[in-house]
Amino acid sequence: MDAPPTAGEPAVEARGLSKRFRGGQLAVDGLDLRVPRGSVFGFLGPNGSGKTTTIRMLLGLVTPTDGSAALLGRPMPADARRVLPKVGALIEGPALYGFLSGRDNLARFDAADPTADPATRRARIDAALDRVGLGAAARKHARTYSLGMKQRLGLAVALLQPRELLILDEPTNGLDPQGMREMRTLVRELAGDGTTVFLSSHLLDEVEQVCTHTAVMARGRLLAQGPVAELAAGARGRLVVTTPDAGDAASVLKEHGVTALSTEGDRVTGDPPTEPGTDLADLNAALVHAGVRVRSFGVENGSLEDAFVALTGEGFDVAG
Amino acid sequence: MSPADGAASAVRAEAAASGPGTAVRRPSPLWTLSLFRSELTVTLRRWRTLALLGILAVLPVLIGIAVKIETGGGDGGGGGDGGEGPAFINQITNNGLFLVFTALAATLPFFLPMTVGVVAGDAVAGEASAGTLRYLLVAPAGRTRLLLAKFAALLVFCLLATLVVALSAVLVGAALFPLGDITLLSGVTVPLSEGLLRALAIAVAVAVSLVGLAALGLFVSTLTGSGIAAMSATVGLLITVQIVGAIPQLDVVHPYLFPYHWMSFADLLRAPVPWGDILANAGLQGVYAAVFGSAAWARFTTRDITS
Ligand SMILES: Nc1ncnc2c1ncn2[C@@H]1O[C@H](COP(=O)(O)OP(=O)(O)O)[C@@H](O)[C@H]1O
Ligand SMILES: [Mg+2]
Repeated sequence: MDAPPTAGEPAVEARGLSKRFRGGQLAVDGLDLRVPRGSVFGFLGPNGSGKTTTIRMLLGLVTPTDGSAALLGRPMPADARRVLPKVGALIEGPALYGFLSGRDNLARFDAADPTADPATRRARIDAALDRVGLGAAARKHARTYSLGMKQRLGLAVALLQPRELLILDEPTNGLDPQGMREMRTLVRELAGDGTTVFLSSHLLDEVEQVCTHTAVMARGRLLAQGPVAELAAGARGRLVVTTPDAGDAASVLKEHGVTALSTEGDRVTGDPPTEPGTDLADLNAALVHAGVRVRSFGVENGSLEDAFVALTGEGFDVAG
Repeated sequence: MSPADGAASAVRAEAAASGPGTAVRRPSPLWTLSLFRSELTVTLRRWRTLALLGILAVLPVLIGIAVKIETGGGDGGGGGDGGEGPAFINQITNNGLFLVFTALAATLPFFLPMTVGVVAGDAVAGEASAGTLRYLLVAPAGRTRLLLAKFAALLVFCLLATLVVALSAVLVGAALFPLGDITLLSGVTVPLSEGLLRALAIAVAVAVSLVGLAALGLFVSTLTGSGIAAMSATVGLLITVQIVGAIPQLDVVHPYLFPYHWMSFADLLRAPVPWGDILANAGLQGVYAAVFGSAAWARFTTRDITS
């Protein structure tokens, strides 16, 4: 399931990365991660699966208890001062100085970067504000911003300098559907400029919509990583039968080796039989033969969700 | 050495083989200055800081009015039983400049250090609880650089807070009482200009007195992720130390407490100035700054930022 080979070192690389918090909680467990340059990488996992902890370790905020991490080919946190100016980050939501204006917030964070040129600060702040569409509200106190505006200002902080890598931790969290759409559009635009985007999410459809690559986390462990299309294709499709005789259909399918059956109204779904040589046409014939009135019969393509269920044996919404 | 350093070396060895990405602009030699200025601005734009400075500006006004009312009754000042601390209050009616010394003597035991304790306690912990700390660190501010900038801004705040008291006292003193030549504690009379100069020197000496507490507060601030907890812990420490300093049975520890030489600033009102106590004070504050500054550094550079 390795990503296709890309030029140069990966944008993010972790080896055996682990974090056990002082309470004894093992939040991240032996993570091996490889994010190809130029990818939009979806770091997928339910709440509590260790995404934020991993990101904090990558950025040098939290010291791993084991393993190592590298950003843009340089070890973290050892080379933080050389690497981080080329990395923009949004970690667990925005954090702002409520008593400062949006513009002054950006100036504050820009002043913290020793490589940021004060001479170009104004222009860079204007460009970042424009980029996230906050130009009009730039002079208002950040405390008066809506969550969506705060999130965009947080993204503007990440865009104060040209970046090679953007690390965005659940950038659509807490936003309304409109805000989520806007944020995803922004992420796609940024990726279109050639920036590698590492995006964590607990939303399967978000990763399917936005990302080229993905890694799936559950309970602190990495379950799989690779191109989204490959992972989804790797998951077997689900057999879907629509029929007014759902009960009969389910029992016939069960007899013929279909597993994990579930019935929802007139829709019966299940995993097709695994023995080689089974033809789905025979299944359909068996249904008709048993007097089941079949409205539709087919296999739905595998999705990331199927891949996830196959990997964990449990639904995606289960918290770690 | 943090465990990460050792663990990272495996990756580092490999990374060294491949070339660097795009060049990053070299930090200017004045790499902390920009952050220090930003730090100071942010501190001074906080509503809390402004409120504290406002209180400090009002205190000399209250003292001045109280003295005016008291002496207006023809009492003539009454018998100040100054105790150990200098009680310049009797002299204010003759010379308003003494209000500076009185105001500093009155605010130094608690109000002035309390403001420093609040600002110092909030310095790191406040940003941790607001979450802005993580964005400063990934900017990347650099933990040592950020701590240095914060400590430098704290030192400026110590001086500023003291100057607010002194300046307010000079203005109130000039408005309510006559100004003129000053008779020093040692009996010599010097012109007003020299009196003002000595007042400035006293303000600096008082500001220096606050450095130890500033370092202590900064250290406390690195211990917790809650700004409120750090502020109250620092002010609580100040109160505790002042109480311990007032218990005669504990006098063996008194010389090691940061307020021990605080009233030495009065020596600047003698001619010639006996420097011993003033220098001892500076030395003690320096020791506190070194000890708690290092402790803050050790803690802050290894701490997990999880807020
Ligand atoms: N500071 C901390 N101390 C102890 N446990 C923590 C801390 N931060 C996170 N955890 C635990 O680590 C696990 C992973 O958390 P997190 O990385 O925030 O997951 P995610 O971002 O995927 O939701 C959770 O079980 C959480 O309770
Ligand atoms: Mg998270």
